[in-house]
Amino acid sequence: MNRETVIETFGLTKYFGRACAVDQVSLAVPRGSVFAMLGRNGSGKSTLILMMLGLIEPTRGHAVVLGEHSNRLSPAVRGRIGFVGEGHPLPGFMRVRDLRSYQKSFYPTKWSDPLFRTLIEHFGLHEKSKAGQLSRGQKAGLAMALAMASGPELLIMDDPALGLDPVARRTLLEAMILSTRDRGNTIFFTSHELADVERVADHIAILDRSALRVCCSLDTLRSRVKRYLVSPRDAAVDLSALPGLLQARRLARETEVVAVSHPDTLPRLQSLAGGAVEEAPVTLEDIAIGYLSEQRSRVSLLAASHAEVA
Amino acid sequence: MAFHIRISPGSATPIFRQIVDQVRLAVSTGRLAEGHQLPSVRALAEELVINPNTVARAYAELSASGVIESQQGRGAFVARSRQIYTAAERMRRIEPVVDALLAEGLPLGYSIDELADLLRSRGAQLKQPGKRP
Repeated sequence: MNRETVIETFGLTKYFGRACAVDQVSLAVPRGSVFAMLGRNGSGKSTLILMMLGLIEPTRGHAVVLGEHSNRLSPAVRGRIGFVGEGHPLPGFMRVRDLRSYQKSFYPTKWSDPLFRTLIEHFGLHEKSKAGQLSRGQKAGLAMALAMASGPELLIMDDPALGLDPVARRTLLEAMILSTRDRGNTIFFTSHELADVERVADHIAILDRSALRVCCSLDTLRSRVKRYLVSPRDAAVDLSALPGLLQARRLARETEVVAVSHPDTLPRLQSLAGGAVEEAPVTLEDIAIGYLSEQRSRVSLLAASHAEVA
Repeated sequence: MAFHIRISPGSATPIFRQIVDQVRLAVSTGRLAEGHQLPSVRALAEELVINPNTVARAYAELSASGVIESQQGRGAFVARSRQIYTAAERMRRIEPVVDALLAEGLPLGYSIDELADLLRSRGAQLKQPGKRP
């Protein structure tokens, strides 16, 4: 694979007043990748994207996109980027065909009418429909079609699956896979839909409360993070000293531990817990929850309420 | 085509591994015969709606373990079966699966002989292409 980088950020930081929205994020997006960014609501994903696109100015740090400083992106480079904003903002008074001609006027050389038509048909749209009267799935499809038909070599999408029904979500994924037909194309998107991420992404980043926790290939993440079921001698045992601990969650009988694994994780865990430790299968959801939970150690809500009832 | 790969995201088994396992099973039971052409990386990725790199990785692993052969420009084909593991390695790989079968089967009241019969009939079933097991 071509290791060239299409987006690189260097200590990108944004404060709104005293509130830190993005804290020293340095990441690299390789050309040809489908790069998914996970993070809870309010973790800074949208702010990060707006800085990459030069739409808001960083407090500190900078980003380089397609070889140019993001604060000074030339029209030529902007013409190679497609952007689908959060919630698919579109001018409601415009019809599909008007939006098409409007968008086309910015991308006269690369615009593809056949691709636009194919995409809007798949999302069940008509040329005459008004953007303001579309369903969420149709709006998503229209925003996606407008971005994709301009032939972008970098497609940036902020939570494109938000609020979509399963059928619209699947069409969205199909459109993303379609965009990778050209091997040089790169997609950067944010999502909460882990099953979708697992299907289409090959690289992943996790943003937790403004800071970047993970940036690597999906395979690397899956092989590094392990899950263990521990039956500690004492239920209240403190596992916070475990290196690489992401989360220890007390269930009714056992404690579930999700940790970035090192060769000595298992022996350390055994000595800390003083009981049986068993490695258990781990899903992408386990990993994401491990990284995104605010407390390292917690009692499952269900186990806790069970204890109170009992 | 009688053989279809099904994947489920959200599983503890990564998608590339699900593809590897299903092709392996189909080849080892004879459902996919030697010389059978697999879909191209791109075609399978579009059929399953997954990243083509995931399919490429599965094919690379199937190729490396001798299950399929990639012919430049022609695609991927089921290879002539050959044993690439040592006896000890084969035992290391099969033992946990046998243990799992016994751990599930014996508490359900099956005898070892009944489990062996089940293996035989299931094996025969999987060999018949087109029939859904």
